[in-house]
Amino acid sequence: MTTKLFGEPVRRREDQRLITGKGRYLDDIGPNALAAAFVRSPHAHARIVDIDVDAALEVEGLVAIYTYEDLTGPMAEPLPVLIPHPQMHAPRTGFPLANGEVNHVGEPIVMVVATDRYVAEDACDRILVTYEELPVVVGVDVARAATAAVHEEIPDNVAARHHQETGDVEPALAASPRTLSFTQYIERSACMPMEGKGVHARWDSDDRSLRVYTSTQASTSVRAAIAAKLDLSLDKVEVIAPDVGGGFGVKIVHPWPEELLVPMAAIALGQEVKWAEDRREHFIGSAHERQQRQEITVGYDDDGRITALDVHIWHDNGAYTPYGIIVPIVTATQLVGPYVIPVYRVVVESVFTNTVIVTPYRGAGRPQGCYAMERTMDRIADDLGLDRALVRERNLIQTDQFPYDHHLTFQDGRPVIYDSGDYPGLLDKLRTLVGWSEADRLRAEAATRGKLLGVGMAMYVEGTGPGPYEGGHVQVLGSGKVLVSTGLTSQGQGHETAFAQIVASELGVPIEDVEVTTGDTRRFGYAVGTFASRAAVMSGNAIALAARGVREKALRIAADVLEAAPEDLEIDEGLVQVKGVPGTSIPLRTVAVLSNPLRYAFDEAAKQATQFARAGSDDKPPVAEGDAPGLEHRDYYSPIRSTFASGAHAAIVEIDPATWEIDVVKYAVVHDCGNVVNPMIVEGQVHGGVAQGVGGALYERMAYDADGQLQNASFMDFLMPYASEVPDIDIDHQQTPSPLNPLGIKGAGEAGVIPGTAAIASAIEDAVGRRITSMPISPTELYDLVRNPTAERTAAAERRSENGVLA
Amino acid sequence: MTGVDTERTIAVTVNGVPREATVPVRRLLSDALRHDLGLTGTHVGCEHGVCGACTVIVDGDPVRSCLMLAVQVDGSSVRTVEGLARDDHQGGQVLHPVQEAFRECHALQCGFCTPGFLMTIAAGLESRDNAQEISEEEVDELVGGNLCRCTGYANIKKAVRHAATAMKDDA
Amino acid sequence: MKPAPFRYADPGSLDEALEVLAEEGAKVLAGGQSLLPLLSMRLAAPATLVDINRVPGLDSIEVTGDGVTVGALVRHNSLLHDDAAARSQPLLTRATANVAHPAVRNRGTTVGSIAHADPSGEMTAVLALTDGSVTVAGAAGSEVVGWRDLFVGPLETSIAGPAVVTSAFFPALPPRSGTAFQEVARRKGDYAVCGAGVVVTLDAGRRVASVRASYVSVGLTPEVHDLTEAVAGSPVEKADWAAAGALARTLVDPDTDIHASAHYRRLLVGVLTERTLAEAAAEAAARATRE
Repeated sequence: MTTKLFGEPVRRREDQRLITGKGRYLDDIGPNALAAAFVRSPHAHARIVDIDVDAALEVEGLVAIYTYEDLTGPMAEPLPVLIPHPQMHAPRTGFPLANGEVNHVGEPIVMVVATDRYVAEDACDRILVTYEELPVVVGVDVARAATAAVHEEIPDNVAARHHQETGDVEPALAASPRTLSFTQYIERSACMPMEGKGVHARWDSDDRSLRVYTSTQASTSVRAAIAAKLDLSLDKVEVIAPDVGGGFGVKIVHPWPEELLVPMAAIALGQEVKWAEDRREHFIGSAHERQQRQEITVGYDDDGRITALDVHIWHDNGAYTPYGIIVPIVTATQLVGPYVIPVYRVVVESVFTNTVIVTPYRGAGRPQGCYAMERTMDRIADDLGLDRALVRERNLIQTDQFPYDHHLTFQDGRPVIYDSGDYPGLLDKLRTLVGWSEADRLRAEAATRGKLLGVGMAMYVEGTGPGPYEGGHVQVLGSGKVLVSTGLTSQGQGHETAFAQIVASELGVPIEDVEVTTGDTRRFGYAVGTFASRAAVMSGNAIALAARGVREKALRIAADVLEAAPEDLEIDEGLVQVKGVPGTSIPLRTVAVLSNPLRYAFDEAAKQATQFARAGSDDKPPVAEGDAPGLEHRDYYSPIRSTFASGAHAAIVEIDPATWEIDVVKYAVVHDCGNVVNPMIVEGQVHGGVAQGVGGALYERMAYDADGQLQNASFMDFLMPYASEVPDIDIDHQQTPSPLNPLGIKGAGEAGVIPGTAAIASAIEDAVGRRITSMPISPTELYDLVRNPTAERTAAAERRSENGVLA
Repeated sequence: MTGVDTERTIAVTVNGVPREATVPVRRLLSDALRHDLGLTGTHVGCEHGVCGACTVIVDGDPVRSCLMLAVQVDGSSVRTVEGLARDDHQGGQVLHPVQEAFRECHALQCGFCTPGFLMTIAAGLESRDNAQEISEEEVDELVGGNLCRCTGYANIKKAVRHAATAMKDDA
Repeated sequence: MKPAPFRYADPGSLDEALEVLAEEGAKVLAGGQSLLPLLSMRLAAPATLVDINRVPGLDSIEVTGDGVTVGALVRHNSLLHDDAAARSQPLLTRATANVAHPAVRNRGTTVGSIAHADPSGEMTAVLALTDGSVTVAGAAGSEVVGWRDLFVGPLETSIAGPAVVTSAFFPALPPRSGTAFQEVARRKGDYAVCGAGVVVTLDAGRRVASVRASYVSVGLTPEVHDLTEAVAGSPVEKADWAAAGALARTLVDPDTDIHASAHYRRLLVGVLTERTLAEAAAEAAARATRE
């Protein structure tokens, strides 16, 4: 069949518009809209004493100024706690505009609307806010010490104490032949999509309806939030995610204050209003992720098999908790990775700090969990003098153990039961791909060039495609065009292509006839969102089910016309035909026409469906009982639980022992996301994830000073990798289909980023022989480490120097 | 004596078409292209000259349009992503080899940084002798000054090689 | 991130430029690659921008036996590809290759980066190391200002009143000399964590006669350090460049910032000094042979 496109590297259909400048991103919409800009807090923690707007009133082009005082009804209440959880005992959220207190630099205080953004910023400059500064809490350790409180009524700064255990860990540790304990840190980074956030709102005062464009990962939920907060009926609000210039998690959070304030102003002013976030605003007014302090105790036997694991994590959630404790839960539950952990206890204390909020960034707590587990594996190997790969191998869940129940509860409230996988297979492939057994030879070769070489690896299992559901709608028009829609949004993952491939394959139509729309509530009102590597799993399967529904109906109608049994029919290249009887066929587009009996003929195609055109049975209604007009079907996919993808990465680093510059000279990836819809797209996702992993390990951090000022809030100083910093990536694939969903697929979006920090930390440690306990690490920090006489040397380094090899 | 102004009318040839716009003198070229001339294909990613998303070609050289004032291109010729493809004189367009290569090599995901890459690479490849095989150093130089958060750059580099080969065959 | 309001003039002559610059709060705009970000972040808000891009006669690179004169409107990329300039003073191209990325070099000017007086800039260090000067046109006419008198502090020069730096002069490399320039940057094209430019001069007997170095992102203003004493008189092949590096480490006073500690910068001063000197010495030796 020529239309079987599932699994093919089909070139993307999005690209034609994006490479010719015809994409439509948020700030490309509404050229005549008024512009919003914000006065944001310059202090990390302060009471607002006074807001004086007088000087701003003189600015020519000023249209409106809003402060908290101007907010009414639900808008005057705190922003929602999007994902409440019983273990989050002290959730806090801000207000759309600060209500008397600010808790991080960048918190919005005043919204200005003016004729253009330049003028709006002029007015912002003239607004005088008087503050009374309060003590500032920055970093998990300061938050934990609780000498000052972010929120006065929460003196210990703890928002949540997330706790899971699979057995009695203390006796298990006591009974373990060996134990070791250590503490390590991981720093903040951020999603940092190339396009910031943005909102455009247009109020139709005659129709009393609102259309909002927003650069979001969750248009249906933004819609619901706007309706709730602005007291509008849901049917009077439509929300559309246009082309979105990257998300990586930050745009799943909603409603951002601006997503409410901009529509509020558009309604009040009766004019289009737009806000396009600038880069500085994105640094200080969006979200970050990753900072944790991890205290780990592990019990194991002489072969390196883990007997018990006890983990206590302090997680920095920033000033507020709008996204609940999703990141802590993901860390807690994904930490165990591909390993058998007989007894596991984890406590994550999520603490407030006077910094930008922490919400999911690609990986969403998994990189931290992987860092904890994989560095534990490295420690065990080091202690026992065993190969790091061997220790991992001995702890892996075996292929005959699936479904494997970790007896944990995942971020979707469902059990962590791994559906399928082949972890020994991953490890074998990785060893071959990176040349693991060659490490000593490579090390010696590098030494002749004056370089310190190290290798490291990390494995992960990633819960992907969590529910509750996604839906899909497929409709064949009389023209033969196939319209497909799903509610979740796209930020560059190629959904238009992947979903079209699925429909073309399921329905048997040329892909050119398929048109896919995502993230537009006018087309599909029910959706959850694009996060947790779930789009292909959730919407992909929902769309496949919808396409199967259309196919079934098409075969039923065509069977009538062709006087054949539906099971004897097939659809290929848009033609319904009797299998093995060439020429006995009817175009799918004609079936579409016939599916909708008409009275009025508005075009040639419609004529075929009018009441005098076809002979029908007089004792049957034109639309059969239980049937509906039109060749379309809507369906939903709601999985019982997540499906678990997996992978293994290895890095080889070379370090210049004079400058301590770190160069990743090889990066190897073995990746398993089940059946693959489009391998080109999956590989692209891996590439991008790895680049973010390398960035997170070696370059990116949010450099807050003790006063809560972000010192590197620009692309000049926040070191997102250029091409020059990203290594070449070798990829090998493994396919372990998911038994949980019709297409057998698992998510792929986040995987690439997860093990980067762990693998690179391991490689650097291997190269320099000093324990790496804080990531990311820069040359200046590595220099501090190696020249510190009290820095812990690894046992491997001791052994190597005993053998006369310098480390 | 020269005028000291707060607003100016500028004449600029954009993608071969003479255009005029009256702009406040502080208007950045990026904003003028996008908002005054309606050419929204040029994107703004940082407004401090680091990301390169706003790169356009001014009088033959790729420059950051967020680091120029619109008034500074008065009398100049500007090429943007909208002008990269050629008219095929049959109502359609012939894509530039770099555009073709980006699609073929999956060198874009969200597409936001793409126009800046396309303009930088197109200018670079057009100004080199494409009869010569492109070196890895040249590829690195052509992609090295722009940020992309989606692709990890591997496929962008691949696209540069692909386009250089196509332009070699055309040469 | 949009600039605050300002007035704009793009005079067609130097005199007119100076006239407008006499206004309170007026500032010169040349390449704009450092100024425009400051304007957009509203860290700078001049009342008037005087764009000198239409002033004739400022866009040439003149090479004489004495050295290289770079006009105020010469873009980094022009200097980078100027073979005559490179022959006269090789540090010019070697340093310029480290300035940002090509699209920024297409617009940014060598003289502008000197007038900006950023101690993280490459060309300030090169001006110092070559013992160069700038020509400043003011109301009272033109004057030549040596680099020692020019740099007052970070982002601060001695130029006061209405003035335009019309050119920079970089003396030619002396005979039997070699140069090198290296940087350590976090990302390629970033401002250096530390950069080093060096000049090694040999005597007629191929012994080290003079060693001078200048650093990028080390100290508040560009400085030139004479490292000759560490290696003076050594035959070029046997000179102990590590000793010169060690000496350099004792002479500098770097700062800590978010990208590097002062200790680490000091380390790099030593390493880069040693590495650049070895490279420069090899070049000096080769030139001595040729000459």
